[in-house]
Amino acid sequence: MPGIRNFTLVIRGERRERDPSMTATSSAIGGRLNRDSDDLLVVEDLKTHFEVPAGMVKAVDGVSFSLGRGRTLGVVGESGSGKTVLSRTLMNLNLGSNVHSSGSAIFEGRQLVGVKPKQLRDLWGLDIAMVFQDPMTSLNPVVKVGRQVTEHIRKHLGVSKAEARETAIQLLRSVRIPEAESRFEAYPHELSGGMRQRVSIAIALACGPKLLLADEPTTALDVTVQHQILNLLAQQRRERNMAMVLVTHDLGVVAGRTDEIAVMYAGRIVEKASTKVLFSDVRHPYTEALLRSIPKTSNRNHTRLAAIAGRPPDLINPPSGCKFSPRCPYAQPKCFEEEPPEVNAFEDHLFSCHYPVGTEENKAAWDRNLAAGRPETVAVATGSVSEVDIRAKGEEILADLTTSEGAD
Amino acid sequence: MARLMLVRVARLVATLLVVTFLSFIMTSLLPGDPAVAILGQDGVQNEELLRQVQDDLGLNDPIIVRYVNWLGSALSGDLGESYINSGQEVSDVIADRVPVTAQLAVMAIVIALILAIPVGILGAYKQGRWQDKASSAGVQVALSVPNFITGIFLIWFLSVKLDLLPASNWNRISNKGIWANLQTAIMPAMALGLTQAAIFSRLVRSDMVATLKENYVLAARAKGLGDGYILARHALRPSSLSLATIIGINFGALLGGTVVIETLFAIPGLGFRLINAISQRDIMVIQGITVFLAVVYVVINFLVDLFYSVLDPRIRRN
Repeated sequence: MPGIRNFTLVIRGERRERDPSMTATSSAIGGRLNRDSDDLLVVEDLKTHFEVPAGMVKAVDGVSFSLGRGRTLGVVGESGSGKTVLSRTLMNLNLGSNVHSSGSAIFEGRQLVGVKPKQLRDLWGLDIAMVFQDPMTSLNPVVKVGRQVTEHIRKHLGVSKAEARETAIQLLRSVRIPEAESRFEAYPHELSGGMRQRVSIAIALACGPKLLLADEPTTALDVTVQHQILNLLAQQRRERNMAMVLVTHDLGVVAGRTDEIAVMYAGRIVEKASTKVLFSDVRHPYTEALLRSIPKTSNRNHTRLAAIAGRPPDLINPPSGCKFSPRCPYAQPKCFEEEPPEVNAFEDHLFSCHYPVGTEENKAAWDRNLAAGRPETVAVATGSVSEVDIRAKGEEILADLTTSEGAD
Repeated sequence: MARLMLVRVARLVATLLVVTFLSFIMTSLLPGDPAVAILGQDGVQNEELLRQVQDDLGLNDPIIVRYVNWLGSALSGDLGESYINSGQEVSDVIADRVPVTAQLAVMAIVIALILAIPVGILGAYKQGRWQDKASSAGVQVALSVPNFITGIFLIWFLSVKLDLLPASNWNRISNKGIWANLQTAIMPAMALGLTQAAIFSRLVRSDMVATLKENYVLAARAKGLGDGYILARHALRPSSLSLATIIGINFGALLGGTVVIETLFAIPGLGFRLINAISQRDIMVIQGITVFLAVVYVVINFLVDLFYSVLDPRIRRN
């Protein structure tokens, strides 16, 4: 299992004591981002804003990360956190004159942002491919499956129709579509949702991309099918040594299948760490809240779902200071005024919080808010999920999904 | 499929009964007597002759009897004879006139499609930009200019000024060959086609604008396919359903409604003959042409329905 081997390198010495020097400045992080010359994709200060009559929607507002060859990054956040816009920005799929993208995303030395789509066409589908959220709408209903799998193979690889057909049928078999030859002649509506997503994956894999962007690839599918599709993606990624950005709102989805996780909130990455570190050592209150909101199978029936208080932030007029502060159980006056800098705790565990989870300051903030009766704090307290529980849950999810990945 | 056909045939029969009955009543309600038209001013003086002609034609029978009589012979394939031009079979009139008008209608639709599809696609692709605004303005002009004005302009430009084409008249393929025929057909077809093109391109544009927002269009872009390829191979077909409907309806309308252009270009078409028959109270000819047009409408709508399933395979199963 190469995926596991990869992050054992990263997480050596995780169970560590809190490092007092962890409040490093954010400028130090910028330098670290480019540490690896083998990075396939380097994203820096990427922004995508949409101009609407009410103002500027800052959907992606300064995102930086890098992704090594063959590595997997999970991008997690609730609806409106900017994760889908982020993946679409990388694919230049945000159309319209009201879209303003800035910053930089370098893929193998080529700039993806602010470039005419025409100049990137030789890259899309060949080196960078995308799996969309809903296979019901991302396959053309009036075009046969076969042509949808072969058209870009023929364009990018310049092969004959017969060769492309041969490749496509191999692909359909490799994503475990039974009777691939007859499916080749089928229309999308003749296939089930899971089969369609397999077709979408075959399309994305067709030209052997180096980077696969999977935008909520299982959200539209039945729970039983979700697992199969995720395992299929993980298996194909391993076999092809392909890098992947897996966008999802479900921390459980990324747990066993990614090397690193970036948690997005209000268009920014609020916490980023290797998967194992993130689950065992949550620092940002939002990540903690996401983790808390995953229902536990060991819960008694009718246990209340631990929702995150409040609504996702208004992206036109975001809250001042820390954007999560209005919903944060630990929020202090400082949080509402001052935006927390990005901090590198240890081994590229980045987060932006004035009172990170697990610190004395955090505990003090919690006690103060609870004593003052801050509703967001009380809501969490009465949900009676202790920090210990969350930590245990992280471990549990991690253990659970790493074993099931191996079972595939 | 067999049941579907049966339903359609039943619907066709019902439609034809209603249409023929209505047109029979309407023509009978018209002031003026076919017998008078046949005999002319002099003949009308002769009361006995007039009565006899009226009896011969069955004009004195109750309308329902006349309708049933007509229906009986129509069902056996006999649409009757013209009241006015004695000895002229109505079926011969139709066989003589329909090819002319049908050719005009087909050519008009083809010309319209050739113009409308690229303009509609362009408007949708460049939505909100100057190309879209310019083509919308052009479409607006084409819609508001009546087709006889376009016809007059074409005559002035192509016949009078450039002396390329004959200004009027109609060369039948059977007599003069296809080339001479096209020379006389192209101008009226263009005059008819321009209005159609304006309607079609609006439909294509609005349907295409919706299609271009579909996820599968984004997915096609994400595969690195070119814009032209995506528009032609992924977006056009799903954007053609309302176009197909309107083509069907307008083709039927063109068959019966090209009289102004036929008059302008002196074309011996169906509409021209129909107007003639109406002014002469030539009920048999009116009835015959009406039945023919109704059948054509229903058949075309049937073909359009079949064509839907060609455009969208999802319809085939249901």
